[in-house]
Amino acid sequence: MLEIKDLAVQYGNQAPTIEHFNLSMKKGEIISVVGESGSGKTTVIRAVLGALSGAGRVTSGDILYHGESLLKNSKSDWRKIRGSKMSMIFQDCGGTLNPIRKIGSQYVEYIRTHQSMTKKEAWDKAVSMLTKMRLPDAENIMNSYPYQLSGGMRQRVGIAMAMTFNPELLLADEPTSALDVTTQAQIVRQMMELRDDFGTGIIIVTHNIGVAAYMADQLIVMHHGKVVDHGTREEVLNNPTSDYTKKLLEAVPEMEGKRYV
Amino acid sequence: MSENPEIVMQAKHIVKQFPASHGRTLTACNDINLTMYKGRTLGIVGESGCGKSTFVRMVISLDQPTSGEILYHGKNITGLSKKETWENRQNLQMVFQDPLASFNPKMKIGDILTEPLMNYKKIKRSERNAKARELLRMVELPEDFVDRYPHNMSGGQRQRISIARALSLEPEILVCDEATSALDVSVQESVIELLVRLQKEKNICMIFICHDLALIRSFAHQIAVMYLGHIVETIPGEDVSSHAVHPYTKALVGAQFSVHMDPTKKIESIESEAPSPLDVPVGCPFQNRCEHCTEKCKKEMPKLKEIAPGHEVACFYVESMQNQAEGGR
Repeated sequence: MLEIKDLAVQYGNQAPTIEHFNLSMKKGEIISVVGESGSGKTTVIRAVLGALSGAGRVTSGDILYHGESLLKNSKSDWRKIRGSKMSMIFQDCGGTLNPIRKIGSQYVEYIRTHQSMTKKEAWDKAVSMLTKMRLPDAENIMNSYPYQLSGGMRQRVGIAMAMTFNPELLLADEPTSALDVTTQAQIVRQMMELRDDFGTGIIIVTHNIGVAAYMADQLIVMHHGKVVDHGTREEVLNNPTSDYTKKLLEAVPEMEGKRYV
Repeated sequence: MSENPEIVMQAKHIVKQFPASHGRTLTACNDINLTMYKGRTLGIVGESGCGKSTFVRMVISLDQPTSGEILYHGKNITGLSKKETWENRQNLQMVFQDPLASFNPKMKIGDILTEPLMNYKKIKRSERNAKARELLRMVELPEDFVDRYPHNMSGGQRQRISIARALSLEPEILVCDEATSALDVSVQESVIELLVRLQKEKNICMIFICHDLALIRSFAHQIAVMYLGHIVETIPGEDVSSHAVHPYTKALVGAQFSVHMDPTKKIESIESEAPSPLDVPVGCPFQNRCEHCTEKCKKEMPKLKEIAPGHEVACFYVESMQNQAEGGR
């Protein structure tokens, strides 16, 4: 479904942020990208969505979606793809919501920009999506402002909005990093269910290796803009090829792991 | 380490309430009792908003508790005068989550490190540079960092500076509020190794707030689990994964992701979210998320009960929970 060939991205005139990035993804697959801060993992998914910030640009390589290059897309082409075929979840979904408008009004507007339907229909669709995300009392949430919801609830609203049009590809940028562990477990479980129920392919970028390993079919480890390990979960975890991955795996604190005292 | 370490500090029946809008009160900490020992680490875990930061702010006298007392070597340090609090604070130092925010961006590292010593007139101005270099050596950083500014250092280096500054006064208690949460795992590991080494060398008592249970169990002697302003369980660090009894602690253990976990295993987690601290239910604070909840839990608050040395649980059904834990082992 998605293929990235030898991608390189550069911000302004700096040294390339990512180089030689390859990936091929089938429908309904989950790919985890892990790496430390500054390793270029967010840049990868921003490039896929054509949403590189500032002076970022793809300098070489190609991104193919169903065999067609995404790099040549015009603004109106993007508008057709984003939100309906591909969508993105951010680290802080609450931050992407307008703080002075109610969830309902933003959600209805979002649906109606992508599909022509009446406000009533859009409202009902939104409520049914929120209910699917197991948010209790969806009508009440539609009538709330973002600040009235907890972090976990806002994140779920964000995922519900991203999933409205059953996209084939969901790009998740640190979707659980700002959440408590119990909420994180709930969100991870829900994302796994999305794949099982809707066949959504997910690229998840995270620094939590435990989460990445749990979800992933394919695992990619990045370091300083380069892919240092790429393979199935078992390959990368059991036989890491690079020293960096080995070090990284050792550094993860474990419930049954070593104790310093 | 001796078997009976000296008690450095005791918190007794600490309650902290904040006024909220519409005449309501927010109870951030409700009847907290904890004891801290010399050379030991006390870990505090809990979700955001459970009152763990409020508690440590009271420990280092940044806030005053509404009621209850904090005994430092048997002397109550709540309600001291400003002067006495200032005097006392050299024994209680803190490392914050975001070191950049706690440094003056216009001060050089050497000045940042020795500022506490100058403040308490422990060194002369002429000794400043030498002392700063000594502190940098202690936290395994190059000595020429004295002339740098905070912004040209990495997050891990800044956190080391923060630790060096806190330890410059040789405090008896070091409080770390999510000191490693903002760091990458490999850097996090090295900072923890540093803290453990310094603790052993200087025999300091550490209070470490963290939301990563797997991390905290790797170096804490005692772990206190907080939920909605209450301590629901205190447990020796090494026992937390196998002997945890309170349903909330078990939920935290179950929600941990591990690299070596079985990917086909369902993640155990509790549903829903903690109620607002403005609106704490009567009875057990954990009632609405607990699968073992009964009528009794909704009416009465369970008290902390000791079930093994150093292991206390606040739950009415400790025995049946324990049997489950035994069965599962």
